[in-house]
Parts: sequence; structure tokens; C-alpha cells
Amino acid sequence: MTGSDLTELTIKEAIRLLRLGSISSADLVTAHVERIERLDPHVKAYLRFTPEVWEKQAEEADRRIRQGDARPLAGIPMAVKDVLCVRGVETTAGSQILRGFKPPYTATAVARIFEAGAVMLGVTNCDEFAMGSSTENSGYFPTRNPWDLGRVPGGSSGGSAAAVAAGEAVFALGTDTGGSIRQPAALCGVVGMKPTYGRVSRYGLIAFASSLDQIGPLARSVDDAAVVLSLMAGFDPLDATSSTRSGMEVLNNSAGGVKGMRLGVPREYYDVQGIEPGVKAAIDAALFILRNAGAEIVDVSLPHTDYGLAAYYIIAPAECSSNLARFDGVKYGLSEVDAPNITEQYLQTRRKGFGTEVRRRVMLGTYALSSGYYDAYYLKAQKVRTLIKRDFDEAFKRCDAIVSATSPTVAFPVGAKTQDPLSMYLCDVLTLGGNLAGLPGISVPCGTADGLPVGLQVLGPQWGENVVLRVARTYEEASGMRAEVASVV
Amino acid sequence: MSDSWEVVIGMEVHVQPGTRSKMFCGCSIAELNAPPNTHVCEICLGMPGVLPVPNRAAVGACLKTALALDCEIPRHTKFDRKNYMYPDLPKGYQISQYDLPMSVNGHLDVGARRVRIRRVHLEEDTGKLIHAGDRLHKAWESYVDLNRAGVPLMEIVSEPDLRSADEARDYAMELRAVLRTIGASEADMEKGQMRVEPNISIRRAGSPDLGVKTELKNINSFRALHRAITFEVERQSRLLESGGEVVQETRGWSEAEQRTFSQRSKEFAEDYRYFPEPDIPPLELDRVWIEDLRGALPELPAVRRGRLAAAHALSATDAALITSDRDLADLFEGAVAAGAPAKQTANWIVGEVAPSGKLPSAKNLAELVGLVVDGRITRDQGREVLAESVETGRTPAEIVAEHAYSQMSDASEMRVLAEAVIDSNPKAVADYRAGRKQAMQALMADLRKRAPQANPKLANDLLVKLLEKSI
Amino acid sequence: MPLSKDEVRHVATLARLGLEPGDEEFYADQLSGILGHIDRLQELDTEDIPPTAQVVEIESRLRDDKPRACLTQEEALANAPAKVDGFFRVPAIQEEA
Ligand SMILES: [Mg+2]
Ligand SMILES: [Zn+2]
Repeated sequence: MTGSDLTELTIKEAIRLLRLGSISSADLVTAHVERIERLDPHVKAYLRFTPEVWEKQAEEADRRIRQGDARPLAGIPMAVKDVLCVRGVETTAGSQILRGFKPPYTATAVARIFEAGAVMLGVTNCDEFAMGSSTENSGYFPTRNPWDLGRVPGGSSGGSAAAVAAGEAVFALGTDTGGSIRQPAALCGVVGMKPTYGRVSRYGLIAFASSLDQIGPLARSVDDAAVVLSLMAGFDPLDATSSTRSGMEVLNNSAGGVKGMRLGVPREYYDVQGIEPGVKAAIDAALFILRNAGAEIVDVSLPHTDYGLAAYYIIAPAECSSNLARFDGVKYGLSEVDAPNITEQYLQTRRKGFGTEVRRRVMLGTYALSSGYYDAYYLKAQKVRTLIKRDFDEAFKRCDAIVSATSPTVAFPVGAKTQDPLSMYLCDVLTLGGNLAGLPGISVPCGTADGLPVGLQVLGPQWGENVVLRVARTYEEASGMRAEVASVV
Repeated sequence: MSDSWEVVIGMEVHVQPGTRSKMFCGCSIAELNAPPNTHVCEICLGMPGVLPVPNRAAVGACLKTALALDCEIPRHTKFDRKNYMYPDLPKGYQISQYDLPMSVNGHLDVGARRVRIRRVHLEEDTGKLIHAGDRLHKAWESYVDLNRAGVPLMEIVSEPDLRSADEARDYAMELRAVLRTIGASEADMEKGQMRVEPNISIRRAGSPDLGVKTELKNINSFRALHRAITFEVERQSRLLESGGEVVQETRGWSEAEQRTFSQRSKEFAEDYRYFPEPDIPPLELDRVWIEDLRGALPELPAVRRGRLAAAHALSATDAALITSDRDLADLFEGAVAAGAPAKQTANWIVGEVAPSGKLPSAKNLAELVGLVVDGRITRDQGREVLAESVETGRTPAEIVAEHAYSQMSDASEMRVLAEAVIDSNPKAVADYRAGRKQAMQALMADLRKRAPQANPKLANDLLVKLLEKSI
Repeated sequence: MPLSKDEVRHVATLARLGLEPGDEEFYADQLSGILGHIDRLQELDTEDIPPTAQVVEIESRLRDDKPRACLTQEEALANAPAKVDGFFRVPAIQEEA
């Protein structure tokens, strides 16, 4: 088999070959490392590589496979977003303020993936503290879209999406606070899934907005995403917000077609402001395919959609302004140790360590929580969050799942939105509702517009991952649309 | 201070519940002398990505305390973040409780005064800072030890119902007695397990509205509490009487200088930006658990004090000391139940057992008191027997037998001894004969040294007789 | 409502964010733009709407009071920018008079 074949496999295909003994985990790693060396200087999906980790893991995986006690992901090369802590591996949340930080602990979700036998190739780039929709806010360098190096991969999990799209990893882990898995998956033409809030432990996930963050997979097929999610999910005693439901629950009748299912199309999403014609056309085609597959397409409404962005941009910044207070230059990371006094150390460290978007959101959140404004902003936003949750509850009385575009636009040119924060925020208008309501959602490739990938988003009710997977899987099969690997150059 | 002033005191008390691990992580609680940063983990160090999970035992201790103080316990309670950056606060926020505390509206009776308890809530402690430098030139750098960061604290806030330094001290002592009795905390002030912060204001007697208050910190003993309040009341009244006005501020008590000094508030006006802690779901307190805790509450000190004083005619002070500690009170009742006379038993507990801090079994104490009361051994011998009994666990009777302790009453033996004492203490003898009767104490001391088992009464009479006669 | 330069300075101080020359104008302008969008929330009557802090129902779970292993002092200080004899070191704290 040629190297490029080995870097275009799904998890399922790779496992078959590994179990047959026709390839080894070492072969897979070598093939990926070669491709990374060739392509990543252009794509820049990775911040760091972890040979010390992959050598041990690949060796153990090959040993177990030989001994016939292979674990579910034994030998599969993958990548980890820079916001997930890995013991002894520099983890920086894409920020200069954490430069050099090596956590003495591993995020529970990552530990479970390692436990399942996966092989970590490296750490992927992201917007600083996951704040952004283009990976241009990385404190290190921007990542490029493998389908067009002049365009962004989306964000904040842009490095993970680009790595999978460019054949630089079989799958990758990302985090989704307002769309940070689904939107880059859409813009890079891969599958990305955000679980129900509480499905996957957040322990070891460097917090952006605690009440919205969730960890999820980016992969080349719905099957792959489902398997990885099921292995990460489940109760963790270290996360008081993690559910006691079994992780395997997400797979229960997650296959078997959509015959008789009702799929809701929210008119507020379908005609969302700024949606590109090409994107709309791709969604129409997808709806046609799902209807032919036996689904009933129904009209639903999410009346408070226009307020979602506003509520989100109070709640997320408010929580982040508190979550980021620990970056004070005392215990780890960047520090102005020679400052004349502690206050100056804080001011200088946080001025040098945080980028513009982070400072913008920390100020916005601090303002929303400050005395005199709490009720008008934070409390108000939490009440509107209730209204948005109710919108979805109502909608799910009329349908089993909600389908829409993942992003109103295809990948946009580098720099196109960096001067206008609001236009950047609008990238998430179709995804952040799912975070505010704590819903599971997936983005699957659904063709192209102007030669660039378009994503179809499926949202389900809380704990309805299996419903979401069922719809996505059906669409994937019926459309014959699978995540392609970009040749890049 | 002119008595036209009325003193108004409210108390904020932080108590460390007796848990084995910290509030939100599994770190063990450090001893006072533990090396710095050896009882810490990624969670209490506030490393990125970590999450808090509340300690059931800390919640239990807080609920017990709330019940003992007759508080209401709401169905819903939650944790909130109090945001401010300071080097002893690793996360940049303290997890505390803001608008839905664990309990509200209780009270604690101190003497005749009913002190209303506004709230009892749960939070986490901060780390410790050591400043290198001196007051004059300011610290040039500081060192941070996070062993205490994340240690659980109950915050017990009273209404401003106290009216004097005495009442404030008695309130703190009563509170400690309650906490020890219900087993919520050892509440040892020296060990920092109980921190008392009184807020003080004064107003013209009879005036309905409150004056400007100051809050006092760094108080490490009940004595310091009393002195600090007395000083502060004095300071405020002098200030007001000289036409000045009190500034609302936090003042520190300096044990060395025996005065309070202004602690300049942080460089920036703080705005704590409280909001609900998103990492901890709201607590639905299990009513069955609460009722179990209520049912398991022991008899509280005030009740027991009244009962013991009444049943055994104990003095108020003896009853107070004995009931200030559940073990002492149990020992007293056990010994009395075993047949020991109440008054003497109380004396032995107040005079010997409590100061030593080492408790004998009730049975052994009863036996010991019996031996002394029956005149089988002297009080001095009794002390030695008690010590040895506590040490070895053996019964006083065994010990007395072994040492052949007994009182010497034999006249001839006694005479030999008395004469020896007189011969070897010419100075005391001269003094006594010169009419300085207190010289007898020296002679008795020498005699007791030579023969602890000598019956003091007989010995004293004999000495007197010999001294008078041979003039 | 638009944010003034003074408000930016106040918020930056609360958040302990150092500002560079020009930052006040820059953030006043940008935050005002965002708040301009956010202010649409005031159109909604939320009088009787309860706030949502936790979006999924998760029963409160408490931890057993069982100590688990702590980090060693070396591990605890491994990432520290400045340390002295087992302590984290910080510059002067202007606090007590
Ligand atoms: Mg407090
Ligand atoms: Zn800890």
C-alpha cells in the first residue's frame, strides 16, 4: 500500500488492515509523519509533535494486536486540540500566556482515547482559548484550509479539522463552545460532532465557557465520529457536571435509516441572514436526499434565533473573564517576574500574554458581570437562554431532529473578517443555539459550493446523540458523500 | 469612654470543619508545620482545565452546624464565584455562596442575649503569604504557600446583636463549645481552625440607627478578641467625641502593639462580580439526610450546662467549663454515675483533668475521687495516681496498692518526722515563733516533701504543738 | 449603549489587563459595536422567565471525604516562573499600610 492510501483511511478501514496484519501501527504512523512533513508547512495544522508519545503508543498497540487483545482504537494515529491537557506535553490553549506549560495530568476524555489504544501524533492549532471561528486568533500562527490555502479552516478547532482533511491524522479531538467543532468540520469537509452538555467529562479541558464547552471528535465518517465519542463519553468523578449515563448509549439504534422520522427545518436557520446561495443549494439537495430516504421534512420555528448571538456573547465572555483570571504569572506560564509589584505583574503579564480577541472578551465579560450591569446583561442573557432552550423544546415536539446548514458561508479568505469582530461572530449563528440549549449536533460534508466544502448540521434533543447519528449516517450513505482528503499541493 | 455610647457588635466567624480532605479536591489537610506546597494538587493549584467537586463531609458539617444554630435550610442552595485576583487565590476567584447559602435565620443564646444568626455558608480557604521585608520599607517580595488553598470553611455570620466585648467573647466561646459538642470542628483558634472577625460600631444610647462600623482581623485568641474590641470601642468613642468621624474600613489587631491599625484596602475598589459557579450543579439537599443529622444532634452545651448545674448544684463557672467540651462533660457524668460525689468530681475535672488535657476513664476518675474523699490518700498522692492511671490505664486502686500509698497517722512516726522538720528549718521556726504564722507553710511543704503520705491535718497540729511548747 | 474610554479603563483595571496607548479608543469602539448588537436583548420581556445557569438536569453529586495523593513539591512548582525554597515567589504586594 502506498503512503497516501494509508493516510486516507477511516478508523474502520485502518482497523481492518491492522487486524489482518497487512499493516502495523508503526506503518500508519510513518505514513502520517511523511505526509505531515510534506504538507504541514503549508497547512500549519499542528503546533507541536509528540514522537515520545507516539513511539510508545504505536509499539504497545502493535504488541497488543499481535497478542490478539487489541483495544477498539489500537494503533490509530490521531491529534489533540491544544486546549486538552496531556500529562508532560506542552499544552497552551493556543496562547502565549501558557507557553511552556506542561500539565501534570491528562484530560479524562484524552486518557480514555489513549486507554482505547489510539496513537497521538501531536497537538493541533486553535484560536487562543478557543475564542474564534477561523484559527487566525492563535497566539502562534494561523492554520490554512487544506482545500484552499488562501482561506481559513474555520475555528476554533481549525487545526484538528485541517489535520483530518489533509490526511495528517485519522481523527482528531476538538472542543465546541459555540460551534468550534462543527463549523471548522464544515469548512474543511470533514465530520465533526458536539455531544450533549455533560456527555463527555470536561476535566482537563482548558475552560473557555464552562456552561457551554464540550469535547467531541472530528473524523472522516459518521461511524468514526460515533465510535470515538462513545469511547470518550460517560461519568467522570472529577467533573460534577458529567452525566452518569453510559457512553455506549450514543450507539443504541444509531443506525437503521430515517424512514418515518420527522426532520425539522427551522425557517430562521434556512433563511438566515447572509447565507450563501451555493450553501443553500447544497442544503436543498441534502433535504431532497433525506426525503427520498423516507424522512418527512417539516417546517419548524426557533423564534428567538435573532437573540442567540447576543445572549451567547454575554454568557461566554462572562464565564471566560472568570476562567481566565487564573493566568496571573504566579503558578505557571508567562510572567513578568521583575515587575515592581504584584499588580504590575498582573497587568504586564496579561497584556503580553493575551491576544486582542481574548482581551476583548475578557473586558466584555467583566463589564457584563460588574456591579450595576449584572441584571441588564448577565441575568438577562441567562433568561434569554431559557427562551432559546424552550424554542428547541417546542421544535422537538414537532420533529425528531433539526437539519440546517452548519455555516452560512463556505471557507472565507484569510483576513476577511479579522477587522470586524461581529462579522466573525456571525459565523456561529447556526451552531451556538445548540450550545446554549446543551444539544448534541453534528456536521457532515454535503457537497461543495464554488469548489469549497459545505456542511449539513443535524441537531437532536438532549441525550439524543443516537438520533443525530442515525440521520447523519443515513445521509452519508444515501448521498455517497464521504469526507475526501485534500491533496493540498 | 463616656457611658452615653452604645456598642454594637456583629460577628463573622470562619470555621474549618473537621474533614480529612479539602473542599473541592482530594488533597489531605496539612499540619501547621507542613513544608510549603506539599498538600496541593492540580485542582487546588488552579491549573488550567481542572474542576471542583464538593466534599460531602464538609457539607454535612455545615448542615449540622446550621441545625445546631436553629437555622432554616432551604431546598435549593448553590455555589457562586467571588472574583478577585490575589496571589493567595490560585483560580482568581473564591468558590463561596452568595444569594442561596446553605442555611439562614438561626440564633445562638449567650447568657440572657439571643444573637440572631444571619447565615451559615460553605466556602474555600485561600493560601498563605509570607512577606519578606518590613513595615517601614514595605515587603519587597512575597512567598506563596498553597497548602491551605481549598481547605473548607464554614462562614457563620451574626446580626449586630452583641453589645459589649464580654458578650462578643462569650458568643465566640459558646460557638466553639457548640461546634465541638456536635463534632463539626475542633475550632482551635491557635491552629487557625476558627477565625473571628468582629465588626464594631458605636452610637448614642437609644439611637435607632447604626454608626459607621470597622471590621477587625488577625485575632488569634479569645483574650485578643476582648482586648481588640475594647481598644476599638475606645478609639471610636475618642474619635467621635473629639468631633472626628469613624471611617468604614478593615483594621488589623497587632498582638505586639496591643492596638488596631488600618489595613489599607486593596489598591483598586473591588467589585467581586459574583455569579453562579457553572462547574457545580445547584445542590438539592436530601431532606432525609438533613433529618438524620438533626436526629443525631447531641445535647447542646447550654442545655447540658443547665441540667448539670441543677442536678449537681455545680457553680456556674464549673458547669460552663465542664460543658465547654463534650468529652469533659461525658467524663463528669460518667464518674458521677459510677458513684463519685459531684462537687469533688467537678473540682478534680476543673483543677486537674481539664488543664492537663488528658482524660482518664470515668470509672478510674470515680475510683480516684473516692480514694481521696475517704482519706485513703492525700490530694498530692491523688495527682500522682491520676497521672499514672491516665498514663498506664491501670486503676487507681492497683496503683495505690503497688506504691503502698496510704496516709501516715501513727503518732510516734509523725513525731520523729515533725522534729526532723523543725531541726532542719531554724529560720522558719524562728519566724513562726516571732509571730509570722505563715512560716508554717514552709514547714508543711518540707514535711510533705519528706512524707507525702503524711496526713496533713495531723501533721499541722503536731507541728503547732511542738513549736508552741518549746518556747 | 456605547462604552466610554473611562469605562474601558475601569473594566481593564477590574480584569487586571494592562492597556497600551490607543487601547482605550480601540476597545471602546469595538466593545460599543458589540454591545450595540447585544442591546437587542432589552427588546425581550423576560419578567417571569427564570434564568438558566445549568442547561441540562444533572443531580448534584458530592465527593466522599477520601484523601488522594497530592503532587510532590517539585511537581507543584515545576511550572512556576519564580520559586524560592518550595514557595512560589511574587513581587511586592502593596496591601498593608
Ligand atoms: Mg468568607
Ligand atoms: Zn488539591
